[in-house]
Amino acid sequence: MRTTRLVVPAVAGALAVAGLTGCGGGDDKQDAKTDGPIAVKASDTTCEVGTTEIEAGQVTFAVTNSGSKVNEFYVYAAGDRVMGEVENIAPGLTRELRVELPAGTYETACKPGMSGRGIRGALKVSGTAATVAPDAALSQATASYQRYVQSQTAALLTRTEEFVAAVKANDVPKAKALYPVARTYWERIEPVAESFGDLDPKIDGREEVVEEGMEFTGFHRIEKDLWTTGDVSKDGPIADQLLTDVKAIVARANAERLTPLQLANGAKALLDEVASGKITGEEERYSHTDLWDFNANLEGSKAAVAALRPALEQRSPDLVAQLDREFATVENVLGRHRAGDGWKLHTDLSKAELKELSDSINALAEPISKVAAVVAR
Amino acid sequence: MSGPGTDGAPRGSRLSRRRAITMAGIGVAGVAGVAAGAGVLTGGGDHAVATDRAAGAVPFLGEHQAGITTPAQDRLHFVAFDVITKDRARLVALLQEWTAAAARMTAGRDAGLIGAVDGVPEAPPDDTGEALGLPPSQLTLTIGFGPTLFRDAEGRDRFGIADRRPAALADLPHFAGDALRPELSGGDICVQACANDPQVAVHAIRNLARIGMGVVSVRWSQLGFGRTSSTSRDQATPRNLFGFKDGTANLKAEDADLLREQLWAQPGDGPDWMTGGSYLVTRKIRMLIETWDRSPLAEQEQIVGRTKGRGAPLGGTGEFDQPDFAARGDDGQPVIAETAHVRLAHPGQNGGAHLLRRGYNFVDGSDGLGRLDAGLFFIAYQRDPRRQFVPIQTRLARHDAMNEYLRHVSSALFACPPGVRDPADWWGRALFS
Repeated sequence: MRTTRLVVPAVAGALAVAGLTGCGGGDDKQDAKTDGPIAVKASDTTCEVGTTEIEAGQVTFAVTNSGSKVNEFYVYAAGDRVMGEVENIAPGLTRELRVELPAGTYETACKPGMSGRGIRGALKVSGTAATVAPDAALSQATASYQRYVQSQTAALLTRTEEFVAAVKANDVPKAKALYPVARTYWERIEPVAESFGDLDPKIDGREEVVEEGMEFTGFHRIEKDLWTTGDVSKDGPIADQLLTDVKAIVARANAERLTPLQLANGAKALLDEVASGKITGEEERYSHTDLWDFNANLEGSKAAVAALRPALEQRSPDLVAQLDREFATVENVLGRHRAGDGWKLHTDLSKAELKELSDSINALAEPISKVAAVVAR
Repeated sequence: MSGPGTDGAPRGSRLSRRRAITMAGIGVAGVAGVAAGAGVLTGGGDHAVATDRAAGAVPFLGEHQAGITTPAQDRLHFVAFDVITKDRARLVALLQEWTAAAARMTAGRDAGLIGAVDGVPEAPPDDTGEALGLPPSQLTLTIGFGPTLFRDAEGRDRFGIADRRPAALADLPHFAGDALRPELSGGDICVQACANDPQVAVHAIRNLARIGMGVVSVRWSQLGFGRTSSTSRDQATPRNLFGFKDGTANLKAEDADLLREQLWAQPGDGPDWMTGGSYLVTRKIRMLIETWDRSPLAEQEQIVGRTKGRGAPLGGTGEFDQPDFAARGDDGQPVIAETAHVRLAHPGQNGGAHLLRRGYNFVDGSDGLGRLDAGLFFIAYQRDPRRQFVPIQTRLARHDAMNEYLRHVSSALFACPPGVRDPADWWGRALFS
């Protein structure tokens, strides 16, 4: 969590993009251009996409998870810009992804265990590639990021429900396992969630920010009980309240439309989160699962930049190249600290390893801090 | 990138915001050390001149780097960087960008071309702003290259310059009693910022570190608040935290022959890129203040070999009297003890080896046991550490009575190239060309 709001003054209004209706991942106006959905067979080690050369237009993937881990499926444009994704595909389940794909080269990815770069494959979309006008590129950024937020909030809700259920069942091991997973979806969209200042401290407030007369609630309260006393038998009401608050924030976040400038500042804010709260181990001081948050912040920042990418490529290709390079560096450095499908504990990292992470975040955050001015010009 | 020339030289047409604010603040005195007339208006002739000079700018371009024989300023911010890129081109680009920023900041201007407050509202300013309204304050920025820039710990030639490492840049040996902390020692590149205003020195290092993100990472840094040496005969000898005058026998800017012989690398000494440069040794020396303060005056003076008041060598009367190391007292003992600091460190006792010292006192707060975390950040420039610092420190480490009150916790060695000659030149050009 952070103590200051994501503030984007006056200029945001001037940039607000008009005429965005109907750009989201609408389920209701599917045109049946393809012959039924493209089947994707996902296991813990494979990701077979039925067809890898398709026509431009509306495409539907039906992703079946035959593995033992929860899976995700993504379609990426250059720079890992998410064109569409479906999260939280439980073992045995099939879920559909509908996505509008203009002509171009893409990548598909399954992410068994919901982590890492995933199992990648090429996807070629033929047809006429429409050149995107500058303003259109920005308006698409808003729509693209809104799709991302909606996918994350859906998973946040599901995972919070599971976490709350485990807490109420007094299943401490399960609650501990679910805690960093649920928080991943929160951390990816933290700047959006934090724009609702009344709910953020209730959901994500750390003990020291609680003011007099306010109860210490939310994720971190339950974290403290899980990891210090191991007793959550009295946390039922707190868990219920967490779910209520998460539901409220999900509804509000889904309705929120961030301007391109807000996206740019959000991408930076996420890295500031990493630099100030995760590197230091302040955020997850009881569970020490800070690296989960680190990774989620990084992914969220990358998603915001990816949404802006077409506009940035038109306006500042050098900056895009710099961002690509530095994102890759951070991912590489962070990747050394994977543990299974998750991450090492903050307390398992040496000071030198933390400094290396800090250096890589600083190296990325400097060019990211220049994105807003490029978007605004 | 064309080097600092295009943007580093002062421009007549466009004043930076910092310069404009500064000039308004100082009024007619100006910022470039223009003393004429200022005395009349401020009513305090000499004082006004001195103030002006302290506020003015030290030229950035020159045969040698500024910040070595420049009269020692009052404040220090010293930083050592690790280079974290493997890409030589990025390192070179940074050195060029740094040179341009250093040229601007030493002239009292903002670090970036746009400045702290003149950019678009959506962009972070390219200067951090805390020096707005402050004069140049004789800021000097001096760069040096450490042994690890040439080869890493595994012996790899990191940037294709291993064959250009000067023999004089040999790793320092372990000295008796060294309690060095690796994380506070060494470094691939250093920058010494000295200024008469601490905010100006900190501003310079902060902005250079920011420009360097992704290419370099700050390894350690040190603030110093009071100079402990004079590098010019115009300056009075200051005191260190033991309360003694320090640096009486220092090399001084006026000693032209000695500087050639003892300070500047000469043609044929080593690789050409260092000719006109100098080798820098830094040592962070923690002083055990509380136990020192409890020791009797006579013992303190015996340990130093000088009087505490005037700084005269024992047996002499004036600060600049030559110490008489042969003199013996009524008891038959040497007047200046065999283990006295001044005897062991004096050029006359070290085959004529001099150092140009420009160290600073430091206090890093307290140490958790209620003791002052304080001491001397020793800085010494020389032509060849193998003939100067190393033999002197070897003797001191073995015999100096003062060691009881000292802990050397940090050590570093750097090759400081000659000055940036002209607007097209940049820090390290000869090394990387």
